[in-house]
Amino acid sequence: MAETAFTADDFQPAAATESAQTVSRPSLSYWQDAWIRLKANRRALFSLYLVIGLSLFTLIGPLIWTVDPSLQDLEQISQPPGANRDAVVVMPHRPWDGTVRLPEIRGLELAEPATTQSVRLAWAPLPNAAGYRLYRNLFPAGEGQALGLPLFETASLNERHFEDRLDLKPRTYHYSVAALDTQGRMTGAVHRLELAVARVVTAQEAQAMGLVAEAGQLKPGDRIKLRAHPLGTDYLGRDLLARLMAGARVSLFIGIAAPLLFIAFGVIYGAAAGFLGGWADQALMRFSDFVVALPFLLFMILLRVASGVQPGESGITPMVLAMVLLSWPAAARLVRGQILQIREEGYISASRLLGGGAPYLVLRHMIPNTLGVILVTMTFAVPTAIFTEAFLSFIGMGVAPPTPSWGSMCNEGIKTMLTTPHELIFPALFISVTVLAFNLLGDGLRDALDARMRSAE
Amino acid sequence: MLRYSLKRLLQGLVTVFFIATATFFAMHSVPGDPLASDKALTERIRANLEAKYGLDQPLTTQYGIFLGNLLQGDFGISYTQENRRVNDIIREHFPVSATLGILAIAFAGLGGVLWGALTALYRNRLPDVLIMLAVILGISVPSFVFAALGQLLLVQINGVLGFSVLPVAGWGTVAHMLVPSLVLGLGTMAYLTRLMRSSMLEIVGSDFVRTAKSKGLPARRIFTHHQLRNAILPVVTVLGPAIAAITTGGFVVEMVFAIPGLGRYFVQAVQQLDYTVIMGTTVFYGAFLVFMVIVVDLLYGWIDPRVRLE
Repeated sequence: MAETAFTADDFQPAAATESAQTVSRPSLSYWQDAWIRLKANRRALFSLYLVIGLSLFTLIGPLIWTVDPSLQDLEQISQPPGANRDAVVVMPHRPWDGTVRLPEIRGLELAEPATTQSVRLAWAPLPNAAGYRLYRNLFPAGEGQALGLPLFETASLNERHFEDRLDLKPRTYHYSVAALDTQGRMTGAVHRLELAVARVVTAQEAQAMGLVAEAGQLKPGDRIKLRAHPLGTDYLGRDLLARLMAGARVSLFIGIAAPLLFIAFGVIYGAAAGFLGGWADQALMRFSDFVVALPFLLFMILLRVASGVQPGESGITPMVLAMVLLSWPAAARLVRGQILQIREEGYISASRLLGGGAPYLVLRHMIPNTLGVILVTMTFAVPTAIFTEAFLSFIGMGVAPPTPSWGSMCNEGIKTMLTTPHELIFPALFISVTVLAFNLLGDGLRDALDARMRSAE
Repeated sequence: MLRYSLKRLLQGLVTVFFIATATFFAMHSVPGDPLASDKALTERIRANLEAKYGLDQPLTTQYGIFLGNLLQGDFGISYTQENRRVNDIIREHFPVSATLGILAIAFAGLGGVLWGALTALYRNRLPDVLIMLAVILGISVPSFVFAALGQLLLVQINGVLGFSVLPVAGWGTVAHMLVPSLVLGLGTMAYLTRLMRSSMLEIVGSDFVRTAKSKGLPARRIFTHHQLRNAILPVVTVLGPAIAAITTGGFVVEMVFAIPGLGRYFVQAVQQLDYTVIMGTTVFYGAFLVFMVIVVDLLYGWIDPRVRLE
């Protein structure tokens, strides 16, 4: 075994290089670090853009699309987006004396082109008739089926014409005229006619609707377009886009104000319990356990009934108050747990040693250190609040009409779901997109803010 | 275990008492009174009606009568359907809601476990991505929208085929139950799928799975006997909230599908301000939910002995 020869140089301390001591990258605060992590998360960033887009839609939207959400466009009721808006200008209506300029009437016939202003019908005699009854229907009636809405009845055999002006819409109608016997019963002989009604307006109506400045600018026969509704109209002819914007204000206000308030209350309550500890903590937490045990939606309904919203009130404030009353314990528990944990940390002892009083400790150290968790809870509380608003409004126990909210719009839309599904689909889409955005944002924030709560992906 | 059960039961009773009290005073703080309806009543009739329903008594006496009746299981008589007792309404319509709810829970539970297990099995591959996309949709769409879309779809399918495959609304046969209960369970199913997935992924890395692998067990057996069984446990914990969600979700599904369940009657009573029916059904639902949560907690302690020590 060869001996190793040590020299004095071998016992010199290694040169301490200066570079190892310096911090090469700029120091990041907790929030800067979280922001960098959030930006790296594609899903979270996408949801953040969605939230920003929804805020713009709510706040800036009504400034761009300035249609009054409660204005009824009676010419266009329950119109889907992209519906035909063409109308022909006609003369104001003049009474009809029943003269028909047709060479010969066979069955039931139109005396003049059918328009939304009037449908003028004339019919040929039916065998063994002592009178006639005229019906209008939206669908073709089969043999033995009801013929529809009775419009006109006569016992005179010569009076074989009728002018229908009853709430005509630009669509297809099925008219039938039935022969009556002397007792007024239907004999079974029927003329039928299917016709399409064309949409017309008079120049005066066009001016009243604000389509033209002066009625004189229009001559009969001109073609004009009715008001535009990008997302269609609802069952009262109100503009759906304007209502969605107005509804977004209500839904998002409830969705954000309620969590903000109950989390603020929960933070104060939880921080007090956690910091006081002992007997007071026990009492405070027992009470919160009690509130947690109450069935949430059931009590939301109960509180809404108890608050007795009067006609003319929107019912937004009672709903926010009820949510605050019932939802704070979750936040209180969370904050209390965090405070109990933080209380034992070294930096709290250090701060106390340096003379920090109780309020200083809570406000300067404890609450800022729970802010991350609070923010995540808040983000997840928003979709829950929006769902609650939608659910309550849907069963008619939430925001009262005519105030629009996405939930109440769904409630109105579901009644006409089978014929005009767009009235349900648009508000439902907005609810879903909002809930989705806040859920994804919550996931992203949780991953970015709190290493301990990071989801197992 | 017995002591814990008794303690929970007692807590539950106190909560139910609190619910009953809150319900009573909430209903009696409503502006106006139950008889102030559209019909104008003469003083005489009004006094008789008040005497019949005990409304002429002081509030504390009314509260005493209410609690006394409640203890005997008597919820009172409906104000709008004068010959119907609230007990009859509950007895008649709760079984319908319960059937719907149990089916929905079954759909949600089976679906959640199945889909969750599948996503874990195909982690980060196409089935996982697709299922998780559906889960995000399921969590973001309100139950009444699912109900409406489900009905719309049924109408379209029946229309295209020319005959009724499944009825669009109503109640009675198994065919009536399928779509509403599926719709009712969808949200919970999505939630359970997510839970099951993360629970499965956690277990894949656990010691006992590694041991089973090193013993040379076939992958299938590890999956069914080690992963699946242990991953289901956390799913049981959320059954309590799931029952609550499905019960209240039933309100709207029953409304949309015209199912004669208690939920629909509750919503109707709330809309018509039928005081006794609201009080009765609220207390009934409240007690039901409180005790379901207790039952689920006890069940979990029985299934997983590790949580018993608390």
